[in-house]
Amino acid sequence: MMRADLELIYDWVPEGAHVLDLACGDGELLETLANNKGVTGYGLEIDHDGINACVARGVNVIEHNLDDGLSSFCDNSYDQVIMTQALQALRRPDKMLDEMLRVAEEGIITFPNFAYWRHRVHLGLRGYMPVSKSLPHAWYDTPNIHLSTFNDFEHLCREKGLVIVDRAVGVGDHQGHWKSRLWPNLFGEIAIFRVRRR
Amino acid sequence: MPDSDTLAFADRPTGSVGLVTPHVARFDTPLALACGKVLPAYELIYETYGTLNAERSNAVLICHALSGHHHAAGYHSEEDRKPGWWDAHIGPGKAIDTNRFFVVSLNNLGGCHGSTGPVSHNPDTGRQWGPEFPMVTVSDWVASQARLADHLGIERWAAAVGGSLGGMQVMQWTMTYPERVANAVVIAATPRLSAQNIAFNEVARQAIRSDQEFFDGWYAEHDTVPKRGLKLARMVGHITYLSEDAMGSKFGRDLRSDDLNFGFDVEFQVESYLRYQGDTFSTAFDANTYLLMTKALDYFDPSATQGGDLSKALAPAQCPFLIVSFTTDWRFPPSRSRELVDALTRAGKAVSYANIDSPHGHDAFLLSEPRYDAIFSAFMNRAARELNLAETGGDGASLEETP
Repeated sequence: MMRADLELIYDWVPEGAHVLDLACGDGELLETLANNKGVTGYGLEIDHDGINACVARGVNVIEHNLDDGLSSFCDNSYDQVIMTQALQALRRPDKMLDEMLRVAEEGIITFPNFAYWRHRVHLGLRGYMPVSKSLPHAWYDTPNIHLSTFNDFEHLCREKGLVIVDRAVGVGDHQGHWKSRLWPNLFGEIAIFRVRRR
Repeated sequence: MPDSDTLAFADRPTGSVGLVTPHVARFDTPLALACGKVLPAYELIYETYGTLNAERSNAVLICHALSGHHHAAGYHSEEDRKPGWWDAHIGPGKAIDTNRFFVVSLNNLGGCHGSTGPVSHNPDTGRQWGPEFPMVTVSDWVASQARLADHLGIERWAAAVGGSLGGMQVMQWTMTYPERVANAVVIAATPRLSAQNIAFNEVARQAIRSDQEFFDGWYAEHDTVPKRGLKLARMVGHITYLSEDAMGSKFGRDLRSDDLNFGFDVEFQVESYLRYQGDTFSTAFDANTYLLMTKALDYFDPSATQGGDLSKALAPAQCPFLIVSFTTDWRFPPSRSRELVDALTRAGKAVSYANIDSPHGHDAFLLSEPRYDAIFSAFMNRAARELNLAETGGDGASLEETP
């Protein structure tokens, strides 16, 4: 049983695709994709335990700081670039989006939705920075330096002239029900986008 | 007679392959070398650790670096103070686990530790080979190692593993004999030397060649050794093996005595250390071999025949790679390993890469470091799993000569 956002992504990756998984963690997604869909490619990771876990399970992983960009990867050299739960920790998420769609025609991005109603309650009613399952850190030690909302990201994609092929949200451990589909910015805890170059 | 060395052996940490004895293999089929010359016959000295399984599928080749040799792990006698040069990573329970793998470690052609080289007898002239020993390249070494594999009945290495110049041999294996390598581990290496690397090698060579005792390489016939030159070569080389931080924390500006003595004798601890390293090396290593090994380093560049395209050169490779670099290595810095990684990803090869935090510079590849050990072990364990290797239970060298 994979994380909710990974389950959705799994369905969006075509059979036999060549993918780059940015911040691939312990390599679970890549391993599942390789075993069941014949997907090839590499994970990029900076966390030592994640890198070790990937090597142990035979997932190709390259130690790489995403803030250094993707200049070592050629234009259009992958079918998809996937980035789960890392956008908000990057120095320039907008530039990474450009980079992702230079390396591949399609990108899949997931991030915590700051406008999730629980987060709003934390900030709006209680007056504290939100702490939740998707945002577990305190304000002073969080790696998440560029928090955004479902709407913010959609806006950025429109500004960049990108096509949003699919969008979804995850809530807790499962994909959202009708409320989160109707009002994703309010009821989606995790935003999941599939975007394409025009 | 029980002395401290014997005690040291008895107290040696667990995970040692124990006492080992080198073997010598003789090859009478001429070997055509890259330089155009032919070596009519030669010998290779090697050691083995662990037990070769019935399928002969658990053999790991260790390729040595510039001044390395066949004695990679264990002890030659109970009096030995130090184990082989890569004992940190070879032995029961270590990254290259001799409970599972059968390890083969040789001294390369041109070496001075028992394989045919400049100090060997040249049957054609009746004198030592000396400076007339032909230039050998990384490809030549790999060709000779393949014959050693044949000799041992090893069709395919479970893994070829090497650091620095050893890593270059591993790269070459995956290009020349892709079907004979199941996994490749390339540590602290580079796909080709930089101008700065070649420059340092040239200083080392000039130090040796300008020593009055060098006699154009015929020093043995003059019953002498170009000790000064070798010492200088090693001193300059040694600086490039350590990081600035490592030197700083080891020696700082510490003086050997309390006051400055305003002379040119040894004053700083770092001077003393370098001189000691140089002196030790100058009596233990052959000058002609040192010259040959540095040239092999300089010449290595698999991309050269592909218009500089390393990806193309690596196209034949079939096995998964583990590439490891160390943050403070400025001889072959992480960026050089990354060049190799990028060439492999562009060629669509299976590759993983880790850049290990270590204060020890280039020498870090010889040492144990928790993260280095962990990733090395993870890769080797995965290799063992995929090759269905069971524990062989071997704890020492135990290969009978094979036909």
